[in-house]
Amino acid sequence: MLAFALRRLIQAVGVIVVVALISFTLFRFVGDPINQLAGQDTTPAQRAELRRDLGLDDPVVVQGARFVVNAAHFNFGISYQFKRPVADIIAERLPATLELSILSAIFALVVGVPMGVYTGLYPSSWLSRVFLATSLLGVSLPTFLIGILLIFVFSVDLGWLPSFGRGDVVTVWGAWTTGLLTASGLKSLILPTITLGLFQMTLIMRIVRGEMLEVLRADYIKFARARGLSRRAVNFGHALKSTLVPVITITGLQLGSIFAFSIITETVFQWPGMGLLFLQAVQQVDIPIMAAYLMLVAVIFTVVNFIVDILYVAVDPRIRIRGVEA
Amino acid sequence: MSEIVAPANIPPAPRSAFRRFLDSDMFYSFIGSPVTVVAAVITVVLVAAALAAPLIAPHNPFDPASLSITDSLLPPAWSHDGTSTYLLGTDDQGRDVLSTILYGMRISLSVGFASVLLAIAIGVPLGLIAGYSRGPIDALIMRVADVQLTFPAILTALLIDGVARGIAGPQAYNDVVFPVLVLSIGLSFWVQYARTVRGSVLVEANKEYVLAARLIGLRPAAILFRHILPNVLGPVLIIATINLALAVITEATLSFLGVGVPPTQPSLGTLIRIGNDYLFSGEWWITAFPGITLAVLVLAVNLLGDWLRDALNPKLR
Amino acid sequence: MTPTLSVRNLRVEIPTRHGALTAIDDLSFDIAPGEVLGVVGESGAGKSITGAAIIGLLEPPGRVAGGEIRLNGERIDNLPPAQLRKLRGKHIGMIFQDPLTSLDPLYRIGDQLIETILTHERISPAAARDKAERLLVEVGIPAAGQRLDSYPHQFSGGMRQRVVIALALAADPALVIADEPTTALDVSVQAQIIALIKRLCRDRGASVMLITHDMGVIAETADRVCVLYAGRLAEIGGVRDVVKRPQHPYTAGLMAAIPSLGDALGARLAQIPGSMPRLGAIPDGCAFHPRCSFAFDRCIAERPPLYATACGETACFLRDPQRVAAVAPSGGAA
Repeated sequence: MLAFALRRLIQAVGVIVVVALISFTLFRFVGDPINQLAGQDTTPAQRAELRRDLGLDDPVVVQGARFVVNAAHFNFGISYQFKRPVADIIAERLPATLELSILSAIFALVVGVPMGVYTGLYPSSWLSRVFLATSLLGVSLPTFLIGILLIFVFSVDLGWLPSFGRGDVVTVWGAWTTGLLTASGLKSLILPTITLGLFQMTLIMRIVRGEMLEVLRADYIKFARARGLSRRAVNFGHALKSTLVPVITITGLQLGSIFAFSIITETVFQWPGMGLLFLQAVQQVDIPIMAAYLMLVAVIFTVVNFIVDILYVAVDPRIRIRGVEA
Repeated sequence: MSEIVAPANIPPAPRSAFRRFLDSDMFYSFIGSPVTVVAAVITVVLVAAALAAPLIAPHNPFDPASLSITDSLLPPAWSHDGTSTYLLGTDDQGRDVLSTILYGMRISLSVGFASVLLAIAIGVPLGLIAGYSRGPIDALIMRVADVQLTFPAILTALLIDGVARGIAGPQAYNDVVFPVLVLSIGLSFWVQYARTVRGSVLVEANKEYVLAARLIGLRPAAILFRHILPNVLGPVLIIATINLALAVITEATLSFLGVGVPPTQPSLGTLIRIGNDYLFSGEWWITAFPGITLAVLVLAVNLLGDWLRDALNPKLR
Repeated sequence: MTPTLSVRNLRVEIPTRHGALTAIDDLSFDIAPGEVLGVVGESGAGKSITGAAIIGLLEPPGRVAGGEIRLNGERIDNLPPAQLRKLRGKHIGMIFQDPLTSLDPLYRIGDQLIETILTHERISPAAARDKAERLLVEVGIPAAGQRLDSYPHQFSGGMRQRVVIALALAADPALVIADEPTTALDVSVQAQIIALIKRLCRDRGASVMLITHDMGVIAETADRVCVLYAGRLAEIGGVRDVVKRPQHPYTAGLMAAIPSLGDALGARLAQIPGSMPRLGAIPDGCAFHPRCSFAFDRCIAERPPLYATACGETACFLRDPQRVAAVAPSGGAA
């Protein structure tokens, strides 16, 4: 098990390094940092000095190494748009997105898994058909459309929930701004969470359902029934457990990408998070923020995947314990 | 009394290929599911409408000369302020919503199809090579795929878009926006094809018919294309259908975010974005109609993809 | 004495869009207490479906469309699902073909055993664990106490099948259906497993329905044998008689196809020409007539009923007593 963990760790680091290289290439070669940072009326001498200060005259390899080292220290340089350190901007906006992402992930799991199990166990019931129809909608409606629809119904029409912003936020632990502790903050979280989580929820539901149907056809389920085990024991003790094991990997992959999906939701709801920040950076070609965002996404995704892999190994004894050859 | 009689063996008359198709299980499951039939009909109608847009659209929304700003923000024809010239109303530039939907669908579908084709053109060969050659080439391709998977399609598309913008500059960017879109969306989807094809190749390559082909001396390329490829086409088709829906959604999302097609040639996503600003003031039709069209189109394609997956699933037959 | 299992005119149908296919057609047989009945036939003859129908685990849309199944005199084919569930494991046990896929890979075998035991008996978990250990010893697994905590993938194929047998017998069922229990195992292990099944059932007084396509296994193990062809009964009788003096041309063909050490070198293996018809294409009259070298007019026109023979029954017009009487004394042997 330790060897497995080590291998996955090395793989994870490998992915991050590659992403770092891509980020660096972006950083260095797309657009001209000097032009972006300096104003119109800086003299060539001042520009040259700026070049030296930023280390742009050093060999590419050195710059690359410096980039990676800086990245490890969360130093991504100065944003072209805001003329402030990228790290500060990220620190301000990160809690908003993280809060939203985590809540959406929880929503997707808590709703998606039971729905998937139900439709797998009772495929012909009318409730299953309703769930399946909903899931089809969830997969077919683009996220932004869902957001707009929700806003239209709950904000414009009914006026129950706010249509943009985070509401009132409270700062805890020195740097983390949370909306969970205020009424308006909570209300502001509802629609974006559903919007961001709906697509994931339907995906999870479909995956769980598919696995469930597969597993229920397996020989060991037939044998369990032949032994007279109760329906509960067969469906939940055996079938469910087997279903959830591969589902862990797939949903982990999905959930790791929720962070990046927040771009859309944040745009629709004007949510002041990383996603909106990245979008503006793309529009304004603010390379440092783009590069930093990429790294962040890669790290989060890799960490989530790593946890999921370890979880999978912990749950499936076939990997954990070496078997006997027949 | 006893006479050994062999029963006569008359082979049945051969049926034409069309008859066999009508008799096939696949067609039966198609006809038997009214939802699928409706979905297929809707898809065909929408695609046909999009293709025929220049012929059937009442106005040409891309021609700035034909637009009149005084006609802007008109409601649909059945509202009391609307006129029958603009059946579904107009947007803030005076563009006819119906025509823009038709032309916009055209853009969405062409970008969608093109990106799926690109993804297939990249993913399938890579998957074949990776699966068949194993070893370091396989590892390399799979590592690249891993890195790609770290970023969801939207992010990859946004990234490539941003890079293109940065390299080309805002002016030149507008000229290359379509290839860039196709490239960015297509590049976000190739991994699924590569992985599935690679998986199929790994399974097929161990089978005896491949071993036999190698013993005869067929070159790997020939084996790949003549023998293994037909077996992996089924899953590829299923992914392609669902991918098409996703590609259309991605293009619409990019346009909605403002980094897709230029505002002078709006697609469905652009219209929705424009309409979003007017939702609160009551001009709902600019968002509603393109939104409904987009949803119906994607829903229909997804339903087809679902049916296809069930119909081609060997375990369910 | 009431037979443990009594099947009368069993009919199993599989509805398809082309009409209902008859998988089992008018099958009748009995199994006496403590008896081993072999059910033999080619792949697709309906052996597994018969077993599934008896234990009530037919895969939908297949269903029992006619006939009766009685266990110890009581009808079981028309029971509601809840009652049927109570029968399974406790009164009818089943052993499947592939031990690798029969066991849930995520649970230790001790847990699976204890779960089965506790389903049918109200005893304490500790007592259940003791019983589980005793079962493992009985099926011949060494270091049973420790192996209770092992996972299925930590066993070899033969050991796994022993665990499966232990699970099937855990609640002491009166009837054990063994569906191809050795097909997936190495030849060296097959004999051990068959002997184990036979011994354990004899010790418990259970009847066995041994489903297999291997005539050799039947000859060694069964008391009586029934031969299935295209979902119909071809022949049934005591094992020695059927093997030495088969009354049905199909059975004769099966026996002749078994190579033996005494065969002349270079002699061709005997074969039955053709193959068994698919369910949708069963010929009129006797299902076997297209492949039978003794077929005559009546075989094409009518389906043969069961005729009594010296030691059982067979569905072949050759054994029609009226015909046998009318033809010269050489009628009979294959």
